[in-house]
Amino acid sequence: MWNRFDKRDNIRRYGTALVGLAILIVSWRVMNVNYEYLLTAHYEIYDLLYRMVPPDLGYVNEIASPLIETIHMSIMGTALSIIVSVPIAYLAANNVSPHWTLVYFGKFIISVTRSISAIIWALIFVVMFGPGALAGIFALAVRSIGFIGKLLSEAIEEIDPIPVEAVTATGGNKIDVFVYGIVPQIKPAFIGMSTYRWDINIRQATVLGLVGAGGIGLVLDSAITRLYWPGVTTILLSILLIVIFSEGISAYLRKKIGGV
Amino acid sequence: MLKIDGLKKTYSTGDEALKGVSFEVDSSEIVAIIGPSGAGKSTLIRCVNRLEEPTEGTIFLDDVEVTSLSKKELRNARRDIGMVFQEFGLVDRLTVMENVLSGRLGYMSSLNAFRRNYPEEDIRRAREILSTVDMAGYEDDRADELSGGQRQRVGIARAVIQNPKILLVDEPTSALDPETSRKVMELLIDIAQEEDISVLINIHEVHLATRFADKIFGLRDGEVVFEGLAAELDESAKDKIYRGEDPEQEVDVSDDSELQSTDIKEI
Amino acid sequence: MSTKESHTWNRPSVFQSRVRKWAVYSGIVLFVLWSVWELRVPIDRLIVGFGAGADMVSSMFPPDFGPTARGRIWTGMIDTIAMSIVATIAGVILSAPVAFMAAKNYAPRPVYYIGMGIIVFSRTFHPLILAIVFVKAVGVGPLAGVITLAVVTIGFFAKLLSEEIEDMDRLQYDAIRATGANPFQSLAYGIIPQIKPRFIGLSVYRWDINFRASTIIGIVGGGGIGSTLMSSFQRFQLDFSLAILITILICVMIGEVMSLKVREKYQ
Ligand SMILES: Nc1ncnc2c1ncn2[C@@H]1O[C@H](COP(=O)(O)OP(=O)(O)O)[C@@H](O)[C@H]1O
Ligand SMILES: [Mg+2]
Repeated sequence: MWNRFDKRDNIRRYGTALVGLAILIVSWRVMNVNYEYLLTAHYEIYDLLYRMVPPDLGYVNEIASPLIETIHMSIMGTALSIIVSVPIAYLAANNVSPHWTLVYFGKFIISVTRSISAIIWALIFVVMFGPGALAGIFALAVRSIGFIGKLLSEAIEEIDPIPVEAVTATGGNKIDVFVYGIVPQIKPAFIGMSTYRWDINIRQATVLGLVGAGGIGLVLDSAITRLYWPGVTTILLSILLIVIFSEGISAYLRKKIGGV
Repeated sequence: MLKIDGLKKTYSTGDEALKGVSFEVDSSEIVAIIGPSGAGKSTLIRCVNRLEEPTEGTIFLDDVEVTSLSKKELRNARRDIGMVFQEFGLVDRLTVMENVLSGRLGYMSSLNAFRRNYPEEDIRRAREILSTVDMAGYEDDRADELSGGQRQRVGIARAVIQNPKILLVDEPTSALDPETSRKVMELLIDIAQEEDISVLINIHEVHLATRFADKIFGLRDGEVVFEGLAAELDESAKDKIYRGEDPEQEVDVSDDSELQSTDIKEI
Repeated sequence: MSTKESHTWNRPSVFQSRVRKWAVYSGIVLFVLWSVWELRVPIDRLIVGFGAGADMVSSMFPPDFGPTARGRIWTGMIDTIAMSIVATIAGVILSAPVAFMAAKNYAPRPVYYIGMGIIVFSRTFHPLILAIVFVKAVGVGPLAGVITLAVVTIGFFAKLLSEEIEDMDRLQYDAIRATGANPFQSLAYGIIPQIKPRFIGLSVYRWDINFRASTIIGIVGGGGIGSTLMSSFQRFQLDFSLAILITILICVMIGEVMSLKVREKYQ
């Protein structure tokens, strides 16, 4: 007779399922969930909703300027990271990099900046620059270097070598090669990924204030500490608004000029 | 056996694919539908088992009015209707055997289907049909590893294992080369006759239709414009189907159209 | 190009007109300049900052990997990994039905809008903001983190999976339905085999993302290493902070490599 799975298949299938289940159970146990909290959860949620609705719309005056600061942080952070990521991506792309050791150097910077979240970078920069938007800008910029640098170096690695050779053949120097051979090929992707990152950075910028790095997150943190829930709702709604707004702009720009 | 009456289908896009089609297929009969691309052949076939919902008209399979069945009843009716597709319609990532046995899903519980727990009788039958279509030994190959001809054989096996009363076949050979086409057609017709299944087949190549079919319908722009025995399909009938001209009313036939009609012979 | 301009040539642009293009570009530049102006950063503060940075770095070295520190890092990391696993499994299970709801070709219109609504909602807020709300609801600890990450997973996973469903080969699904299979069977045979590789790949990819996210969720009380890191910064135990950072960095990189390897195997 015919069976879809032979004995070995079956052992493997059930084995995998069992291991998966074991990992899940162990993970759950490790988390040490306090079930008493769960019992009161529905009451807490109800309480939270009760306090959060209706939002305090008068609060808008107070949050307008931190909200604008959030947007500025995202723009500055993105702009700064663009300036730094271009040379790093150039070093990290193994088809154009001046030296192979620099490829590793570039890739190292990219992995380190990418693997640590913006909010953790913010913790570090708050120690350096004190609380405020400056720390936030640096946090966004550093985290974005990893993002833009990685995508950009991959885009450079995939370019068509022929235009590069053509510019070299006409006697162009390294800068000519970069400007005429490489830039035109990666420009749409570059604009696309920068816009996309800006969009992500707005979302990130809304929370950096939770660790003191400026923007609307600061106000959110203080509203929560003061248990001022109607204000919290207003802040959440305003965040919703700027996120939708930035997503719209980013989608428009990427459609028009970006390749991503 | 299969009786279609006044069948209309208008797609949500506004395309009127069928404009009132009526005909019958008798027991053990092989009926071919020919017509240019876009005539509505696929739509017609897909309406019979309601993969497309007909807009108007009735379809009877024996005494069952397919057009008025509930979802559950429709599933039962579909078990009696085998289907073979132009692009084969095999599930790429399943094995040949799973594909064939999926023809029995209508008779299985969901749990058994999910666990691939098929009745022994079905497995025996599947092997038998696979060797009839010359695919024995391929049971555990994945469908996407097969050649086009092999895939269509598996597609036929899946339809036949349903023990259907009728096979709906949509251009089974137009994705295949001529030699494979001929073999697949012969196989299909042999099995149908052996198992005593009626066949409603859309076909692109006119010569295959005249060779294998008992009866031929010509479809053009969603309407039946020819109906008759294979032997009755003469040049003027072909003109009518493929060029939309009624030769009896047409006085002047230009050189240009002469050229086209020779083209048609080669189709 | 109009005839009177035939001796000039303009590079074709994606913008309808040059004016529009320059408007967009100068808009961006103005925005950046405005940001620079609004946030005018005094140079001396930058210099002080970099000085403080040097101090910070010197108090970070050598990283504190002493026995107490190791113990706390170990507990924090184990919690973090556990959270990421539970959250991914829960999130993926919740996402599957949402993905089908949000697949245009599968779900009826009203259901589709509900599915898209769920996705948009769970994508809008940064995980930390959701975590604040869930910490209030179920208390400080990993459970709040897990719920947060599970919710965020839906937005990502269901979105991408629904796109995969929309891209599926409809014919394979139709062919299964045509055999009389019920909706569950049609799903299991006609759709799941098609989306399975992507499903596995996305799950692993999402685990990778959730793992990164679960290193920070503790900052607002959602459990895991994040709370340890946060308190080390607040108490200026910067050598301990560095030890935690190094551990996070290494674990995240290992996680990324593992996820890449698994995805390569399945896709
Ligand atoms: N799913 C669909 N949606 C809208 N229009 C369709 C669809 N399928 C077919 N049509 C239209 O219906 C007409 C008949 O198509 P079809 O039945 O595929 O013809 P044939 O199989 O004879 O080539 C064509 O005009 C085609 O554009
Ligand atoms: Mg067709």
